[in-house]
This record gives sequence, structure tokens and C-alpha cells, in this order.
Amino acid sequence: MLSYVLRRLLYAFPILIGVNLLTFALFFVVNTPDDMARLQLGAKHVTAEAIERWKAEHGYDKPLLLNETETGVQTLTNTIFFQHSAAMFAFRFGKGDDGRDIGNEIRTRMGPSLAIALPVFVIGLLVNITFALLMVFFRSTYLDLGGVVLCVMLMSISGLFYIIAGQYFVAKLWNLLPISGFADGADALPFVLLPVLVSVVAGIGSGARWYRTIFLEEIGKDYVRTARAKGLSEVRVLFRHVLKNGMIPILTGAVVVLPLLFMGSLITESFFGIPGLGSYTIDAIQAQDFAVVRAMVFLGSFLYIVGLILTDISYSWVDPRVRLR
Amino acid sequence: MKTLLDVRGLVTAIGGARVVDGVSFQVAAGETYALLGESGCGKSMTALSLMRLLPDGGRIDAGTVELDGENLLALPERAMRTVRGGRMAMIFQEPMLALNPVIKVGEQIGEALALHRNLAGEAAHDTARALLDAVGVPDPARRLDAYPFELSGGLRQRMMIAMALAGQPRLLIADEPTTALDVTIQAQVLEVLRALRRERQMGMLLITHDLGVVARNADRVGVMYAGELLEEGTREAFFAAPQHPYSRMLFAALPRPGDGGRLATIPGQVPRLDAAFTGCRFAPRCPYAVARCRAESPGWQTFGAQRVRCHRAGELPAAEMRAPGERPAAALPAAPLLQVDGLKVHFPIRRGLLQRTVGHLRAVDDVSLVIEAGRTLALVGESGCGKTTVGKALLHLVEPSAGRIALAGETVTAARLDRLRRQAQMVFQDPFSSLNPRMRVVDILLEGMEALHVGEAAQRGAAAARLLQQVGLPDDAGERYPHAFSGGQRQRIAIARALAVSPQLVICDEPTSALDVSVQAQILNLLKDLQDELGIAYLFITHNLAVVEYLAHRVAVMYLGRIVESGPATEVLRGPRHPYTQALVAAVPRIDAAAAAATPQLAGDQPSPINPPTGCHFHPRCPQADARCRESYPDARQTNAAHWVRCHMVAGE
Amino acid sequence: MSVQAVVLWTDALIFLLLAAGAGLVWTIRRKEHLRAPWAAVAQRPMAMAAALVLAVFVAIGLLDSLHYRERLPDSPADAPQYAVEVLSVFDALMGDLRTQKEKTYSAPLAMQLYAKEFVEHDGVTVRDYPRLVHGGAHLADAAARQPDIARRVAVGLAQGLAASLVAFAVLAVWRARRAGVAASAWLADWRAGRLGWPARTLAGMATLLAVLGAVLVQLADAYHVFGTDKVGQDVLYIGLKSIRTGLVIGTLTTLVTLPLAIGLGIAAGYFRGWVDDVIQYVYTVLNSIPGVLLIAAAVLIVQVYIESNPERFDTAAARADIRLLALCVIMGVTSWTGLARLLRGETLKLRTLDYVEAARAFGVTHTRILGRHIFPNVFHLVLIAIVLDFSGLVLAEAVLSYVGVGVDPTMYSWGNMINGARLELAREPVVWWQLGAAFAFMFTLVLAANLFADGVRDAFDPRMERRR
Repeated sequence: MLSYVLRRLLYAFPILIGVNLLTFALFFVVNTPDDMARLQLGAKHVTAEAIERWKAEHGYDKPLLLNETETGVQTLTNTIFFQHSAAMFAFRFGKGDDGRDIGNEIRTRMGPSLAIALPVFVIGLLVNITFALLMVFFRSTYLDLGGVVLCVMLMSISGLFYIIAGQYFVAKLWNLLPISGFADGADALPFVLLPVLVSVVAGIGSGARWYRTIFLEEIGKDYVRTARAKGLSEVRVLFRHVLKNGMIPILTGAVVVLPLLFMGSLITESFFGIPGLGSYTIDAIQAQDFAVVRAMVFLGSFLYIVGLILTDISYSWVDPRVRLR
Repeated sequence: MKTLLDVRGLVTAIGGARVVDGVSFQVAAGETYALLGESGCGKSMTALSLMRLLPDGGRIDAGTVELDGENLLALPERAMRTVRGGRMAMIFQEPMLALNPVIKVGEQIGEALALHRNLAGEAAHDTARALLDAVGVPDPARRLDAYPFELSGGLRQRMMIAMALAGQPRLLIADEPTTALDVTIQAQVLEVLRALRRERQMGMLLITHDLGVVARNADRVGVMYAGELLEEGTREAFFAAPQHPYSRMLFAALPRPGDGGRLATIPGQVPRLDAAFTGCRFAPRCPYAVARCRAESPGWQTFGAQRVRCHRAGELPAAEMRAPGERPAAALPAAPLLQVDGLKVHFPIRRGLLQRTVGHLRAVDDVSLVIEAGRTLALVGESGCGKTTVGKALLHLVEPSAGRIALAGETVTAARLDRLRRQAQMVFQDPFSSLNPRMRVVDILLEGMEALHVGEAAQRGAAAARLLQQVGLPDDAGERYPHAFSGGQRQRIAIARALAVSPQLVICDEPTSALDVSVQAQILNLLKDLQDELGIAYLFITHNLAVVEYLAHRVAVMYLGRIVESGPATEVLRGPRHPYTQALVAAVPRIDAAAAAATPQLAGDQPSPINPPTGCHFHPRCPQADARCRESYPDARQTNAAHWVRCHMVAGE
Repeated sequence: MSVQAVVLWTDALIFLLLAAGAGLVWTIRRKEHLRAPWAAVAQRPMAMAAALVLAVFVAIGLLDSLHYRERLPDSPADAPQYAVEVLSVFDALMGDLRTQKEKTYSAPLAMQLYAKEFVEHDGVTVRDYPRLVHGGAHLADAAARQPDIARRVAVGLAQGLAASLVAFAVLAVWRARRAGVAASAWLADWRAGRLGWPARTLAGMATLLAVLGAVLVQLADAYHVFGTDKVGQDVLYIGLKSIRTGLVIGTLTTLVTLPLAIGLGIAAGYFRGWVDDVIQYVYTVLNSIPGVLLIAAAVLIVQVYIESNPERFDTAAARADIRLLALCVIMGVTSWTGLARLLRGETLKLRTLDYVEAARAFGVTHTRILGRHIFPNVFHLVLIAIVLDFSGLVLAEAVLSYVGVGVDPTMYSWGNMINGARLELAREPVVWWQLGAAFAFMFTLVLAANLFADGVRDAFDPRMERRR
């Protein structure tokens, strides 16, 4: 197990390097620091001095890969690649365009992000599984058919509408919860409820439908017939035998989705004014703050790889047939 | 004897097909009733109807099922649940799939104990252990904590039986309980079932397609065909003189020891069950059918201890015996076609941080073979012994790790594979996965000719048509896709494909094990005809010893990657020298040895080839093993010029 | 007035796709085993009704993809000059809907603007809601509006029903003659659902669509059915124009995805070893980057490119088009990994099957094995993925446009509609019709696509069939 995790972490390195090279290529090679400066400074006819000044301020006034003016190790380290990409491996992200330290921002914004994403993840999983089990229990009846049709309809609605409808009806029309914003500590609860509610509802359609197919696949297997032949009731067959086997793909699928929640909360956080990483990213994209976007890309990839490793570990927990070595 | 189960006029439909159509039979307490039939005849659906466990879309349309006088079909579902696993339990064919993979077997047995005997905690644990003891699981306390995947096939099926016994059933339904198991394991499991029935006075409904299994285990037999029961009788009467033409043809289709003649086959196919029937359902395939058979469905007629549904029962000629035609043993000169020396196929096992190779799985470990032109060598062994890997390594479908393969005197090298491929081809086990569903039959046949540039492009079409004719397929078969054909027809296509490049050697990997007996007979006959006609040599890989004797000139017996005995077919099968071969031969259920006394049984399972036992690989299961066997692997000893054995106990020439 | 045909990049690709689709249909019709699952799709009422709706959307999208520029009326004949504005055949069919602009917001079917202005009433200047320039302009006073709307709806209903009846009668006669039965017998079969295709559902759906269309035409003639937006443009027109954008994103992205997913997925599964390692590495890297960020980064770069090379694009439409195409390419490049992984897994299974072994025993080349044995047997997965992905892509466009990395802000798209309307929700009373229209259009398209995808999946994946 330990040797497996170590090996997987070793494998993670080349992937992170790949991510870094790709983002480096996207941000600095295809799109030179000069282009960036011109885009940032806005006007078409900026002076060369202004561009140089901008580059110097942001530390982009260095060669990309090799600094021939330096000697020794410095030829490699005093470059844009090393200073802006390689430094990320030490989680040193530098400063954003607003002059604030990106690492600090990430640390302070992690809390609000988790306050939304975690409940959505847990509640969503429970709700979807319950809904899926209900449909499977009533399979080949009109209840099941109605459930599937409802799921397809829920799936066909853009996530944006869930948020807009939630904000409009729950917050504005009925005044039940604040429309957006955030607070610290326990005061955050009213601000968290609506985004969580909306996100969970938005996920039911695809989630419950997917889990339903997983359970239905399990229910057609031979061991279910054996369980019934033992005289177990349908509820017991469903909850003990089918659920336990169905949880293997569900749990492992959910674990790898964990980092993807990161993307989902992008929209939610921005709509609800949650000062989390999602709204940070979205602001950075809209302000074209490349330093922040790059940092978030790196962080996202890192979390994804952690998610992959967690997936394998969770596999070995829920499925006795899987041994990690 | 008291009637335990009484089934009357049972009709079960799935969708529009009446898969069980008016079946009636009785099972007495302490009796084994065997329901015999080929695939799709409705025997499993009968069993599932009794349990009321039909698949989705299935329903029972008519009939009664009485267990101890109580009609099960009238019970509410809740009451039926106490019957299932309680008074009536069932075991299934594939124990790997039938057990829940993520729940420990002890818990799975415990569920049944809690449900039907209100046992929990320590009491349940003790009872479960006692049950495992009863079904002969060694070290039961530890095995209760095992997951199904940690157990061998034989142990899994014993667990299934233990689970079925947990509710102390009066009736045990066994649906093909040993079909997925090797012969030596099958013998063990059947012995367990026999002993349990004796001890507990259970009734048993044994569902099987295997006449051999019936012969050794059943008290009474019912033969099913196309959803109906055709014949019923005591085992003795049925095996002495089967009355229905279908039953007789099943017997005639079975290859038997000392039998070199052609096997009888049943023409045509099993009818579709969603059509309406008039007359006898077997009439279209029956050689004795008269006009009345096609017009009027026959009723039951009783003959002593038998009853049969056939208009012509009683007036049929006495069952004729096949003439045991001797095969012309020395007719062909023994020119070696294929010579294999020291073939090894090792798969590396990687572990640890850097995935270093820590060992090898020795799937094939030093195998040497000779096949003469126009002759058949059978490679026999249980699943996992490496026999299929040998076949694939010969064709370089699996890269051999070591060894020399020579074809017609010429060593095969990786650079000259083309020559090998023109001279040696393969027929696979499963006719459903061996044909690409997206290709027309003619394209399948042409593929090899095109790839190996056999013949002129213009003449290949005609060659394909000739091949189809040769393997007995209709002329228009070429334009169709594989799904239009039955299993047997597909296997003919696969044979035609192999023959398309006119090879001298065909490697047949269990070509009939997925087929019904009557279809198997057709394919075996075809293979034999083709050999006589074209002078092809076969390497016939199989686990079925009955087939070996019918087809093979020589036999090589494989155990754990090595050949342990090799010699002329009749000699090896009738006078096996290696204890493993002896056990294999003894474990084959034979219909003509119905009265055979208890035969020596092999204990335990085949060990893993990753970590084979020291010394003779077979010693842990060998009844004769001594110190010598534990220390060194025996050398080959010739018992005569053509027959050798690797066993310390066998004296050389 | 003469015109100059304009072929935008996406137009060319759309028609290429159409040609490929037609070619595929032709192949499928010739091969029985390919035809069978489609015949099964055609049996499903839900899938066929959805297909009909999709067909309407596709027809609008195709009409909207035939672009041209009008010749300026005063340009000389020997050196014709053309308008900067790129129009489509669809615009021409829409007639005045495009040009009938108001000043700013107006509610659906309204006669007055949504904002108060100083207007002159009987010589007195008061602050009031002014009358619209086009919406309800033919009416003398507000009291006449509701009866007028009711009348138009009734006329539309009647026209739609009449058109459907005529079409149905023609169909009945034609089919009956082809089947060689009396029309009454055919009708009886139709009513009993014995025609072998979901004729009742399709007839009902077609009638519904015809009636809806006729009512819309009647109302749109004199009103803004979905109101107008901030700059006074008809929302119905915007919604209809957005159809093309949605379709382009849903289909062209797949066009980019397919070669990558099929080529790399199958290669990884078939060759294994180092090929597999490299491909898995590439897709883990791509997968590990949060999708929106990767798309955002790439879109920003495209934006820089467009802005620094203005001379390459002669019209605003061409500029927006290249950005749309870039978005499709980017989304394609970032989204092939899912299908590739699926195909890799399936290929791993297929390559061990006996028929592949049999081909290898003949020494059949790798390319032939891939082409004849592997690809035809994973094709159903590709097809299922195409139809399933379509709706996801249409939905993704809205989100990306919201983030600011979607299509060009000047382009008609549902994402831009939502984005523009979102801020107006705070207004009192609320401006809801833009959102409503975007919702209605998107929901209809995506629901139809999802239902059709379900039908296709059930027919092509035999395991799904058993589960239902």
C-alpha cells in the first residue's frame, strides 16, 4: 500500500511537469510577454517603454528558457520558466496583478470554497443514491419511468438557470435566504444554504440517472438471484447486496470528481458572491490575470492527481478484490 | 416414498415464448430427480419457476407446484420468501458469479442462518462452521472469513451448497452445479451432494445436460425438449432402454470409449418457442416420424418403469449399438510434422516500488511434443494447466520464452512466421467470440487467403464457396453475417476459415466444449472427415476425455505447465500410469459404468503455477506420494517405445 | 439586388459534416447489421418525436449557415461594393423581424416600451411609456390589443391545423397507394398503431410543431413575441439565430474530438506498451487541468491572435466566426479524453477476443485488424458518445459565455442572452423574457437531444436494452 502510494506520487511528477510545460507554452511561447503587456495595457499604441516597464514589474523581463547573460546555474534559474513555472513545484505562486500574494489568497479562500463544495458533494451523493435506489426499487413501473423522464428533464436545464431561478424565487421573491454574500464562522450558514441547495438540485438529473443504470446493471447479476433464492426480501437484497456492489463504481467515480467540483463551484461562487477559489479564478480569467490563472491550473492538476490516487485507495477499501502494491 | 414436490401442468412464458409448456413431475423425499436436456430446452426455467425467481418479463401462466402438499404458486410473496432458502434451496451453475463478490462467504451463509433459523453471533458462526465441515471445506473457521475470489472454483461451489443447506431444506435444486468445474472437482462436488442427500433425506432436483452426471447421481430421469417433458423413468430403465427417439439419439451422439465409428447426429435445430406447435415438437428432426406425429401431439404412454410421449413408442426398433469401428492405427507413416522441444512460456510478475520482476508465472514449462502428419495429438488437462497457452505459443500468438518449434523439419523463427501461418491454423473454443460480428462470412473466409497471398485473387471467391460446401454450410451462407448462424454452424465457419489457407496442422482449442452433445457430434464427425479427406494433423486441446478417445491417436496429459504422461490414446486412457491421469480417467462420468463403485477421487485443487509445489508438482494431491516425490521432479520414464510417464512410482521399461 | 456569397469557416465545416452524414447514411442503408439498430431507433416514439424537433432546429441552423452580403445599391456595376453586414438565407426568410428594432426593452407582445420617456399627449408633454415603433403599431389603442392577439392565435391555430390535415391526407393517400390498400384501411392501421413505425406520435408532434409555427408567424407579424432586448432587438429573432451557434458547438466540437479520441484511444488499447504509456500520459495531463481554465487560457490566446492580426478578417462576422471555430477546436482538444479512455478500454477487451487472435494467426497487418476488426466493433460507442455529448456541449457554451471565454460577445448565442439578461433580474419589475426565451430554446433543443440520445443508446448498446 505504502509503496503503491509512493509509486503513484512518483508518477505524478512527470504529469505535473507536463502540465507546467503546457501552460508555459500556452502563456509564454504562443503568447509572448509582449502580447500580454499590450493586452493588459489596453490601447493599441502603447509605447515600447510602457511594455518594458510592465514586464519588469511582473518579472517577465527575462529570457524564456536560457539566460545567456548569466553564468552557472543562474543561466537556467534566472529565466521566466524557472521563476514562474518551476517555482510552482514548491507551491510558490508569486503575486497577482493586484499585487497580492497568490499563495495567501489560496489559503484564505480555501475555507469558503470548501464550505460550499463539501456539503454539495456529500448531500448530493446521498440524495442521488436515494433517488436512484427508489427508481430501481420501483423498476419497470410508471414510477420508475416518471423518475427517468424527470431526470432527463432536469438534465436538460442549464446550470445557470438553476442558480438564477434559485436566486430569484428563494431569495428575491420569497425572501427566505440572502441572495448572495458570505460571512465568517457560523454566520456563514444562511449564505451557504442556497448555493448548496441549488447545486444539489442541479446535479440530481444526471447523478440519479447514472446511479440508476449502475444499480440496474448490478441487479441483473447472478449473485442477486442467489440472494433472493436465500429468501431475502427485495429491500434487503437492494440495500445489502446491490448497494454494496454498486457503491464501488459510485464511490470511486465520486472521489475522482472531487477536484472537478472545483470547476462547478466556479459559476456558483461567482453568482453567489462567495469569496472562494472559484470566484477568484473567474475574476482572474475576466481580468486576464495570467499569474493567477497559471497558479490555479497547477493547483487544479495537483488536486486531480491526488484525486486519482485517492480513487485507487478508495477502490482498495470498498472492493476486497483490489490490492494495491 | 412420500412425494415431496409435485409439479403439475406448469406453463411459464417469457415475453411471447412459452419456455416451459405443461411440465409435470414428482420428486420424493430422499430421491434425486434429474431434469436432462440441451441448452434452451427450458430446464433451468422450470427450476426458476419452482422458486418463483423468473427473470424480468417471465411469468407463470398455469399449473401448480406443491411442496409437501402446499401450492407454492398460490402463496403471497412474503410467505414464499420463507420457502426460498428454507424448505426449498437452490444452487447455481457459476459459483464465481452466484456469490456476492464483496461480502465474506461466512456472512453470506450467516444471512441464510439468521433468516431461516434465527441464529446470530456465536451460534451462527458455529453452525456455519459445521456446514462447511459437512460440505468438506478444509479449515472451515478460516474460510468463513474469505471472500469468494480468494477461493477456488470447487470451494466456491461447496460454499454455495453450504449456503443452500443453511435453511435445512427439504428439497435442493441444483442447476448445472458442476458444469463450470473441472472433472476432478466435479467428482468431488457430486460426491458431496450424494452424501448430503443420503444423510439428510433431502429431495434433489438435478438439472443437467450431461448424461454422465445423470448416470451416477439420479434415481429418476426426465428428458426435456423444447419446453416439454418427453420421457421419464427410473435411471436403470432409462439407461437400459431409452424409449423416445430423442433420448436415443442423445445417447448415440455421445462419444464413448472403445468407439471409433461415426457418431449419430440429430439433423436440424431446436424449434423456436414463440411459434405455435402442432403435433410432436421433435417430429421435424425425428427419423421415425409418421404423418400422425406432425398432426397430433402425443400423450403419455407407460412402459414398466418408464413413460414416454411418442406415438411410435414401443414399435421402434430396439436401440442399435454402434459398431465399434477400429481406426486404422498404423495406416499412415509416422513422419513428424510438428516437433516442439523445450517450449516455455513464462509471464513475468512485477511488484514493488519500481515494478521489478520478482518471479515468473510458468504457464508452460518445458513442453516437448511431436505430431505426425495426418494424425491427431490430444493435449489434455484441467483448466489453468497451460494447454491453451501451448496452442497459442505454437502459432506465436503468445511469444514463447524458450524452446524450438520445427514444422516439417524446418525451425520456425520470428522472421519466417508466414510459412508457419500457412501450415498451421487454429480453431477456437467459443464460436461466438471467434467470428467478427461485423464481417460477412465470405470476408471472414477470404481474410486469411488475402493476408497470406494464397491462390490467385480471382479464384479466391470460388475457393471460399468450396470451403463452405466442404464444412456443410448452405451456398448462400457467404453473404450473411455470423449472427444468422447457430453455435454449431458458427464452429463450421471457424473451421472453414482455418482451412482456407490449406494448412497441414490445425490446432483445435476445445472446439466443442461450448456446444450441445448433438452438435458436438456433428463437429467431431466433420473434423474426422476432414482429416481423412485432406490428411490434416490436429493438435486437439481439450479437457473432455470422451472426445479424446474418439478422435485422437496420441494423448499428452498436462499438469501445471508440464506434460506428465504421453502415449497412444487407447493405451493412456485404458491403462493410465500416472496417478493424475488415473484420477482424470476415473473422474469422467460414464454412462455405461452406471453401476461403477466408488472410484479413487482426487483431493484438493490444482495449485497455482506462480508458486508450484516442490518436487513433483502433483505430490500434494497424489494418494501414492512419498518423500522422493516431495524432493525431486521425476524424469520421463518410457514404459514402452511410444508411452512415457513422469512419476517416481512408475518403473521404467 | 445581386449578392455575394460568403462562406465562413464554420459554414464550410457544417456542410462538410452534412456530406459526411449523408455518406454515412448511404453506407448504413447498404449494410444490414448497421441498419438494424437504426430500425430499432425508428421504432421508438419518444426518440422519433425528439428527432423531429431536432430536424426543425437543424433546418433552421442550415438555413442560417448560407451566408451572403448584399450589394450596396449605389455601387458601380463594374466594381461592385458589398455591405459589411453578413446575412443568411434565414435572415431573408425572417423578413422584417431582423430590422424592426425598438429603442430598448419591451415586454412580450407589448405595445409600449418598458421605460418611461417624455412623450407628447394631446400637446402636453408627460412622462409615460411610449408606444412601440413596430410592436402593435397597427392598433389604435391599448384596448384593442388583447382581442387582436386572441384573433391572431386563433388564426394561427386554424392555419396550423389545416396545414397538418392537408399534409396528413397527402401522406395517407401516398402511403396507402404504396402499400396497395385503401386509404381508410391505412387510417385504421394508423389509429391502431399497426404501421410498424410510431406514426401516431409523429403525426401528433408534427401537428404540434405546425400549429406552434403558424401561431408564431401570426403573432410575430405584428408583435415582438418574446419582447425586445436592451437595444430594442426582437428576442425571438435572437433566440432563433442562436440555434446555429448551439448546433455548431454541439457538432463541430465532436468533429475535432473524434479523430483524436478514436485514433489515440484505439491505438493505446491495441498496441499497449509504450504507445499506451505515452497516450495515457497525454490524456492524464490534459484531464488534470481544470477544463474551464484550459479553455479560458486557449481562448485568451486566440483573442490575442485575432486582435493582433485584424487584416485577416474582413468582416465582424468572420472575426466572430473564427472565434467560434477556435472555441470548437479548443473544446474538442480538451474533451477527447473521455471517449478515448472508453475506446481504449473496449479495445483492450476486443484485442483478446478470438476473432482478433484468428486474424493475427493469419498474419493480418495491424492496420487491417484495426480497420476491419476493432473499429467496426467500437463504432457504436463512438456514435453513442456523439449524441450524448451534443447536449452537454450546448449547455457548456452557456457557462463559458458567462465566464467570458465563450463565443464572441457580438455573436447571437443563448449564453450571451443569459449573460446579458442576468444583470437585469435586479430591475423592478423584472425583465424576464430574455431568460425565458433562452431557457425555452435551450431546454427544447437539449431535451430533444437527450431523448434522441437515449433512444440511440438503447438501440446500439444491447446491455442497455436488457436493463429497461
